[in-house]
Amino acid sequence: MAIDAEAARNMALDPITVQVERGRLRFFAKATGQTDPICTDVDAAGRAGHRDLPVPPTFFFSLELEAPDPFAYLAALDVDLRRVLHGEQAFTYHRPAYAGDTLTLQPRIVDVYSKKGGALDFLVKQTDVHRGTELIAETRSVLVVRNPEVPQ
Amino acid sequence: MTIPTNIEVGTELPALRIAPISRTTLALFAGASGDHNPIHIDLDVAQSAGLDDVFVHGMLSMAYLGRLLTDWVPQERIRSYRVRFAAVTPVNASLTCTASVVSVEDGLATLALTVALDDGTLTLAGDALVALD
Repeated sequence: MAIDAEAARNMALDPITVQVERGRLRFFAKATGQTDPICTDVDAAGRAGHRDLPVPPTFFFSLELEAPDPFAYLAALDVDLRRVLHGEQAFTYHRPAYAGDTLTLQPRIVDVYSKKGGALDFLVKQTDVHRGTELIAETRSVLVVRNPEVPQ
Repeated sequence: MTIPTNIEVGTELPALRIAPISRTTLALFAGASGDHNPIHIDLDVAQSAGLDDVFVHGMLSMAYLGRLLTDWVPQERIRSYRVRFAAVTPVNASLTCTASVVSVEDGLATLALTVALDDGTLTLAGDALVALD
């Protein structure tokens, strides 16, 4: 394994607190081809029973990337970002979140393992998303790091 | 949105077709999603990593597939949504997103989800748990 598994497991990742912005959600809708007015028009969202623009299902992943240097933990583990692939992504939803909400995300590395004789390393990161004391969502990412110099 | 009725095992959602994903779309998604990894937007970086070209963010495909779900049911009914990224999506690829109900139990439907290239290559497979009311 090219990654120091012990260091990865013991790494404390900083929480991030971020306010969800309407403009950013509109930009996300544009970039993902989302034309449902609920996602861009506060009045349309209100008519659908939402108190503001809803945070779309995969946007919790993006909120975590609002950290000043979101890939710093990879650099600290000597991982070359060019060798990283996204292996899996999961979300569990507990409560809706909306533009204007201030959310706190607490990531942690929960597993590290190797496959193919060390040619592939896997990092599993879980993040809890809270609004105050309410649990809003949980995210789980599996990152795959290719180690092409390891003979297969 | 029309809330679907008669959800049962075998129900298939209308497939979502995604037109060829341009470099502009990748640049916009990098900014909008906050994923600034240059491997998706900078040809020089992609080639320095031994790739022929940039490739599509996995999370963009997951967002498209999420649209298929939220076009079908109000978003707050989605209890979980997870995917495995099975293959890289090249820039300029077209995609087809599908979802079908594979089980209905205790007021929850489980959907099997896929995203595939036009040549049939599966790029993403996953599932979602959706509350029926």
